Amino acid sequence: MEIFDILVSASFWAAMVRIASPLIFATMGELICERAGVLNLGIEGIMVIGAFAGWMTVYAGFGLWAGVAVAMLAGMAFGALHGVLSVPFGLSQHVVGLGVTLLATSVAYFAYRLALPEVTSPPKIVPFQPFEVPILSQIPLVGPAFFAQTPMTYLAFAVVAVVALVLYRTPLGLALMAAGENPASVAAQGLSVTAIRMGAVIVGSGLMAVGGAFLTISAFSSFFFEMVNGRGWICIALVVFGGWKPGKALLGALLFAGFDAAQVRMQQTPLGAEVPYQVFLMMPYILSILALIVMSRRASVPAALMVPFNKGER
Amino acid sequence: MRLEPIANPGLVRRLGFPAVALAVTVVIGSALAMLAGADPFATLGLIVKGAVGSRFAALETLNRATPLIFTGLSVAVAFRAKLWNIGAEAQLYAGALVTVLLGTGALAWPALPLLAVIALAAMLAGAVLLLGPVVMKTRAGVDEVVTTLLINFIMLLVISMLLEGPLKDPMGMGWPKSAPLQKAARLPRLFEGLRLHWGFGLALISALVVWVIQTRTTLGYEIRAVGQNAQAARFAGIPVNRVLLKTAFLSGGLAGLAGFSEVAGLKGNLTLDLSPGFGYTGIIVAMLALLHPLGVVLSALFVAGVFVGSDSMSRAAGVPTYIADILLATALLLMVLALLLTRFRVVRD
Repeated sequence: MEIFDILVSASFWAAMVRIASPLIFATMGELICERAGVLNLGIEGIMVIGAFAGWMTVYAGFGLWAGVAVAMLAGMAFGALHGVLSVPFGLSQHVVGLGVTLLATSVAYFAYRLALPEVTSPPKIVPFQPFEVPILSQIPLVGPAFFAQTPMTYLAFAVVAVVALVLYRTPLGLALMAAGENPASVAAQGLSVTAIRMGAVIVGSGLMAVGGAFLTISAFSSFFFEMVNGRGWICIALVVFGGWKPGKALLGALLFAGFDAAQVRMQQTPLGAEVPYQVFLMMPYILSILALIVMSRRASVPAALMVPFNKGER
Repeated sequence: MRLEPIANPGLVRRLGFPAVALAVTVVIGSALAMLAGADPFATLGLIVKGAVGSRFAALETLNRATPLIFTGLSVAVAFRAKLWNIGAEAQLYAGALVTVLLGTGALAWPALPLLAVIALAAMLAGAVLLLGPVVMKTRAGVDEVVTTLLINFIMLLVISMLLEGPLKDPMGMGWPKSAPLQKAARLPRLFEGLRLHWGFGLALISALVVWVIQTRTTLGYEIRAVGQNAQAARFAGIPVNRVLLKTAFLSGGLAGLAGFSEVAGLKGNLTLDLSPGFGYTGIIVAMLALLHPLGVVLSALFVAGVFVGSDSMSRAAGVPTYIADILLATALLLMVLALLLTRFRVVRD
């Protein structure tokens, strides 16, 4: 019974949390944007630019945390571009988002080719190393999964807690959610819907880029073309799956990563020798679609998602 | 700030802003070329020369524009109804797959009926692939952006699986590619002696047909109404869901034709790199054309020119070819902004 063997192996649980980490950052970023009323389809490209900027910073000789910071700033810059076009100018969020994805991706690829024109195999950096929390990391299964990860993974879980706290426990969070539900009420209180939405898109994009940077400076040690490979789109599905709630979205990311970790291991089993490996690789995408179908009926979409707000218009 | 509609925008405004958008794009392109250590004027000149500078270059541009006209039309038709089909890439591959399934010996027919049947089947395959997301949208309220995007990834894996399995060419030296099409299933050349196949002609005809549908038929009117305001359209008695299904058939079908045209007209077999993102580029083509079917032809030629020209410039001047994608993304974002500013005035509060 291979599935059972996989489920009781420590490496499976550790892989699940590792695979979930970049998704958690980016899903939280997208969640903030959507809660404020902006669908951010720039996510895929912003993850690419984050992966590149973070890696390039470390490759240039700066520290790993400097890489995280630069990735975040790069993401925020593209977030600002997305924000200006989609919030005050109210342009189609679909068009702006896809445009930002294309722009951010091609800027990253262009800059990579410019910086490293000659390389055939991608150069490596020394990525974040796992940090074992004393005692806790010794707990079977749970220990390797949650207490023997890299610092960025711990940061990912902290981000979920902060996002949940700010959203539900602070006036800022309430104003942000109101901007996505009923922007007119926010404006009536004398707050600027534009400022709130811009802030949400910029901060959210910063988180997406950190998610991308996780790939190059924590999970792997190089930057590859196509390495984000649809993770951004999956995060958009995870936001829907989580019903726009940080805790549920975190669970979704873990669940999804669990399936992903399992499918890789299933390929090594006798069953994997029978079934083409592509079937395993498409499982995560199929699961995402199924999850969307199941969840969409009861999901509570922010009422003003994708609705531009122009003051003085009724 | 806020936006105030302008009742009668003047000619200066209507032409000025798009012109500024194009100018800024060119300036950014020059800056990128300088960053790469090349002379900006020479770089731009090389791009233009590489796109239309010779008979060979121009034909290359026309060949590259052919799939982009199809995918651009596919996106334009769908976006007009606010059906966000980002899955033209997968629909293209569905059409290509059917072309190979029917065109490698399954039917021993003469060329004309064979090509007609394959083209129709390719359209149907593309259409069917879009039906799933549309039904999910109308029945369960699932956002079609995400589903069509995810299906792109699934479809590529399906193609990869088939090319390494049942569809693998036994004579292919181990490469994952399909067997070549039989001669009768190849699209002939448009003109004797010119390396341009009938796919281009078919693309132009498709643009005309879509234009006629949009401007001269009830369906075209209904698609516009659903796109402008689905609720109002429903209230006016338009069967919104049925219109969306018809739109999906048209949109998916056009993307399927792109796959047919690439396999039957250009490549002659199916490989995993049949499309370098034609489905995604179709979105840019459609947006630059303001979703107008005849505009799609022009914008596909422009986009294809930028790509072909940049490839050739990159070989000569050493500026990375990704400059083409940056230029197109910049042009797209600036152009949608410029077109907004032709109709609205920015007012300070």
